[in-house]
Amino acid sequence: MINFGYTIWIPLLPFLMFLLLGLAGNKLKPKLSGLLGTCGLAIITLLSYITAYKYFFTSEKIDGAFQKITAFKTTWLQLTDNLYIDLGVLLDPISVMMLVVITTVSFMVHIYSLGYMKGEKGFERYYAFLSLFSFSMLGLVLATNIFQMYIFWELVGVSSYLLIGFYYQKPSAVRASKKAFIVTRFADLGFLIGILLLSFNTKTFDFITLTDPAGSAIAQGSGIAFLGLSVMTWSMIFVFMGGIGKSAMFPFHIWLPDAMEGPTPVSALIHAATMVVAGVYLVARLFPIYSVSAPVALEVVAYIGAFSSLFAAIIACTQTDIKRVLAYSTISQIGYMLVALGVSGYGGHEGLGYMASMFHLFTHAMFKALLFLGAGAIIHAVHSNYMTDMGGLRKYLPVTHITFLVACLTIAGIPPFSGFFSKDEILAAALHSNKLLFAVEYAVAGITAFYMFRIYFSIFWGKETQYHETPHEAPATMTIPLIILATGSVFSGFIPFNQLVTSDGKAFESGLELAVAVPSVLIGLIGIWIAYIMYRKETAIPEKLAATFKYSYKWAYNKFYMDELYLFITRNIIFKHISEPVAWFDRHIVDGTMNAIASVTQSASYRIRGLQSGQLQKYAYLFVTGAVLLAILFIYLWK
Amino acid sequence: MNAGIPLQYFLILAAIMFFSGVYGFLTRRNLITILMSVELILNSVNINFLAFNRYLYPDKMDGMFFSLFVIAVAAAEVAVAISIIINIYRRFTTINVEDVDEMKY
Repeated sequence: MINFGYTIWIPLLPFLMFLLLGLAGNKLKPKLSGLLGTCGLAIITLLSYITAYKYFFTSEKIDGAFQKITAFKTTWLQLTDNLYIDLGVLLDPISVMMLVVITTVSFMVHIYSLGYMKGEKGFERYYAFLSLFSFSMLGLVLATNIFQMYIFWELVGVSSYLLIGFYYQKPSAVRASKKAFIVTRFADLGFLIGILLLSFNTKTFDFITLTDPAGSAIAQGSGIAFLGLSVMTWSMIFVFMGGIGKSAMFPFHIWLPDAMEGPTPVSALIHAATMVVAGVYLVARLFPIYSVSAPVALEVVAYIGAFSSLFAAIIACTQTDIKRVLAYSTISQIGYMLVALGVSGYGGHEGLGYMASMFHLFTHAMFKALLFLGAGAIIHAVHSNYMTDMGGLRKYLPVTHITFLVACLTIAGIPPFSGFFSKDEILAAALHSNKLLFAVEYAVAGITAFYMFRIYFSIFWGKETQYHETPHEAPATMTIPLIILATGSVFSGFIPFNQLVTSDGKAFESGLELAVAVPSVLIGLIGIWIAYIMYRKETAIPEKLAATFKYSYKWAYNKFYMDELYLFITRNIIFKHISEPVAWFDRHIVDGTMNAIASVTQSASYRIRGLQSGQLQKYAYLFVTGAVLLAILFIYLWK
Repeated sequence: MNAGIPLQYFLILAAIMFFSGVYGFLTRRNLITILMSVELILNSVNINFLAFNRYLYPDKMDGMFFSLFVIAVAAAEVAVAISIIINIYRRFTTINVEDVDEMKY
């Protein structure tokens, strides 16, 4: 048995860094605080790699399966003898994989931000928040029990809120941060209900006990039914509601595009690579329960994922803000991961979808972070988010151009880039279990290739735009992370995930399925080809198409009016018919009672205040009279 | 030794003293006189203590001690009261209780 006790420092170090930068940051030089934060991240990145190496290659396997190791554990809250809340570190294939993903992307973003955020007001505050985020996200993936996960789940929500609202003088950023926080918080209400239901039925919070497929916890509660579904199914659906919120799935996707108001590296870290996949991670973490005792909930996961991926991909085709396109693309890709989980079974080759989902999570983190950081470099160069202000940039930004192209090819699923392998596994898993989902995801693969190359061509080729000042390539602090991530995007497809991260911890055989791989590459190429025709040179085709499909284009351009729908529901229904009566009741009945007591006291005292005349003997007279009266009362009348 | 004097006599004397004190406290305007009235009240209580102690519990000393306490406290109280009166005089140049009525609504 290898000692993994040091892993506790992986989340703790960023936390200490947060305290240091948060409390003493304004006394340090901005550059120093940035370097400190980056060094802290460098150390834990190294620690995570060591952990991953030790876990995957030297730790002992039992029956060919990776074991779940509790590296550190302390009881935080003892509720009853067998119901308690721990804080600790749990190592298993998915948490170790997430460690690598989070620290790598976070480290890249830290380096990148040294260049991108240079000279910004609140530089040290930015790094403090980044550290806080890294701490919370690492705590989330390493959680030993569902309640610890919930605590850190909320913490990532808070750090996301703080970072979206980093430019707190910009009203739109403030609005976006509040929107993100409230929407995800609302979804977390479902998560909490789910946790309570789940732990009430299984009498435990602990992940190892909960997710033991042969254990008793899973069998509990499946007998009790409500509205035709077992309690277990209900609780898992509620838990997944939290995942819908964090992962920005339909119908809680509305916060993610607005969250792009934050600094671009933050979008890369939180809103593309790490935090938004927390929902996927949650389902993967509780996967044995979903698979064994709540298959209906798993179907819900699959259909929500599929719908969101299609929905977001269509919207992505019409947006002109480059970061928003990427945001919708993120929603779409997370939908992919959820579909893969939803169609997966437990154990062996049945668990292909599970493996594919984790695989895609890994590759997606690399290429989506790369896309966002590339977008950041472009925005840095032209000072605009809108594609209409860009064009012909390939001459000015050679490094960004190449890395961005790599990322686009990866997401479009062109071999031998990593996205091809992971997407292929997902499509194969879908094909074997649900033809409808396969068809949807297959179509989405084509749309994805189209909209990614739409932005690629219109930014780097397309019309020659006249710039006020010649755009210049980003500094080395920004291009180096791009190159590293591009390398990751190219080669991470060759990591044998079927040997390492599987639903039951055992390796299984899976190869490339040509029947899936060939058509998926073809549709990707078709998407790229259409984008090439439409956007390679400035053409009138996009406008013509938009005019032909006027109404559907307008719907998609306005994001299917989801924001308006939400506003209508909240303003005209919830605020008007629930909140306002409640506010009225509070103001007039609750406050009214208190105010009435106060005003009665006041007016009574106003009337009798003449008694306090300042005449000492008057007081004495009243006192003596009172005493005499009391004496008479006690002697003669009190019988 | 005191068989000739019944307890009631002491009580009547104490009552007269007490109510003279109360009367003086309520009617006099001079703060010094009011202080003297308070002393009268205290002493009437002392007489009661001693008389009851002597007649009801001749073998106990509690009443005596209580009177001693009252005398000691009264002495301290007079010192405090006089100094307050002196300060009032400095502030208002009068010791007429009716003129000292700042502490009101």
